[in-house]
Amino acid sequence: MKLTPIKMAIVSLLIMGTIGACSKSDSSEKKLVLTGSSTVAPLAVEIGKRFESLHPGVRVNVQTGGSSRGIADTRSGLADIGMASRSLKDSEKGLQAFAIARDGICIILHKANIVSTLSDEQVVAIYTGAIKNWKHVGGPDAPITVVNKAEGRATLELFLHYFAIKNTDIHPDVVIGDNEQGIKTVAGNPDAIGYVSIGTAEYDETHGIPIKLLPVNGVAATLENLSNGSFPLSRPLNLLTKTTPTGLAKEFIEFARSKQVHDIVKEQYFVPLAK
Amino acid sequence: MSRSRSDIFLIWALRCCAAIAGAIVLLIGAFLVIESMPALQHVGITRFFTDASWHPSADASQGTFNLAPMLWGTLLAMSGSVLLATPLGIGSAVFCHYYAPSSIAKFYRRLIELLAGIPSVVYGFWGLVVLVPLIRQLQPPGPSLLAGIIILTIMILPTVALMADAALTNVPAQYLRGAAALGLSRWGTIRGVVFPAAKSGIITGVILQTGRAIGETMAILMVCGNVVQTPSRIFDPIRTLTANIALEMAYAGGDHRSALFVSGLILLALIVVLVSAAEVHSKGRIYG
Repeated sequence: MKLTPIKMAIVSLLIMGTIGACSKSDSSEKKLVLTGSSTVAPLAVEIGKRFESLHPGVRVNVQTGGSSRGIADTRSGLADIGMASRSLKDSEKGLQAFAIARDGICIILHKANIVSTLSDEQVVAIYTGAIKNWKHVGGPDAPITVVNKAEGRATLELFLHYFAIKNTDIHPDVVIGDNEQGIKTVAGNPDAIGYVSIGTAEYDETHGIPIKLLPVNGVAATLENLSNGSFPLSRPLNLLTKTTPTGLAKEFIEFARSKQVHDIVKEQYFVPLAK
Repeated sequence: MSRSRSDIFLIWALRCCAAIAGAIVLLIGAFLVIESMPALQHVGITRFFTDASWHPSADASQGTFNLAPMLWGTLLAMSGSVLLATPLGIGSAVFCHYYAPSSIAKFYRRLIELLAGIPSVVYGFWGLVVLVPLIRQLQPPGPSLLAGIIILTIMILPTVALMADAALTNVPAQYLRGAAALGLSRWGTIRGVVFPAAKSGIITGVILQTGRAIGETMAILMVCGNVVQTPSRIFDPIRTLTANIALEMAYAGGDHRSALFVSGLILLALIVVLVSAAEVHSKGRIYG
């Protein structure tokens, strides 16, 4: 096997190039890193795009990973701004939170299910396993498929908090990750009950997915009721910073809370905060 | 033969490549151990197998950390799919090689290659909207160990089929001519001559597919139901170790996060056991 020194040099350059390529970065543009809730992220991406078009040379980088990650990254400084789809817990009060919109959680059933309302007590009984058949709540004689969210999700925490149940008391038949998976699971199973973000559910319902949104405590699950504050099962979508925001982060947060982005918030099926 | 300068350079370049490949595995192993340490210290190894349930988000003092049901989930889904996919894959390779007319064989091979190239999330999506509702009609709730086994079987089938196909291609032609000269039937040739000659290649395929079955995440996450329980029937939902990491990692902090790395550590241990078992069984000559 003969290799000329020139060929060897090329090969070694290629190897080194592959290793070195990852460390390159462009320092000429200003960068704003947002991480956190997968509910807030699509909204932040759209707001970011508009922000970039108004501020040439600025790059807004949005990464998902859940509210807990948003909080952790904001604390550690990995992210300039964190995203959380819930209020801060007492242990997290050191951070600054800026609400940019509201989102609600609703109970969803398959469209073919004849049950049209469930009281809070009935929901609790279904999720804790006291009621296992639809016939006990006015439905058909069929076993209930309980769809729950995975540990750590903000939707789960809000659901547990509102209905005052512990996750250890829930005996789910299916555990899901994100909202879309939850909707697909319920849409594929006429005996399923689940809970997801109203924005996503309303969008899918109006686009032909066979699900229906149940009222919570007698209040219909619509964006309108969410917007006027009457819907009980709701949460703020927050941007977080470690200290009082300055510079680019401050500009971005002010922009995200301004009227200029209300159309984006509505497009994403969230409710803008009345100012 | 004297060694030229370029030869020495090549040897060192190759040594570097090998060192990088080896170091990556060791680094990942070390990283897993370091990240698992907080949970192993706060929770202790035994609690990962004896706790009442898996509710880890309340940290070591109040949470529960039983990983055993997920270990069972992984093992059951893996063994079920490997048991189904191995005969199917070997059968399809034998058909392709010795029974199919060459035009069909060629087309069939492309089809299997296509099957190997479909991303796992597509299988998962198909499973969620087609397979799971079908199983639900059979026996509610639908998302289940059975769904996982079926999806995994479809996913790993091409690996073993293509590996077995390659192994059959490498059987020396004089073996086949010898068998023909002895007047062996086609099936006799395959059973008595081809399989022993192609054994190591086929076993490599089976090991690779088993590894893929253990490691598969996205599709399993979508069809298995992800309920943490030791299944008593094939229609019960399960959660695998990989699905556990994917579901909760993004939302985990503290001991919870660290406990997920313990899941990863167990997965790594599972693969080590698998590879060692294969090594012992083939007396260290899997690849030879």
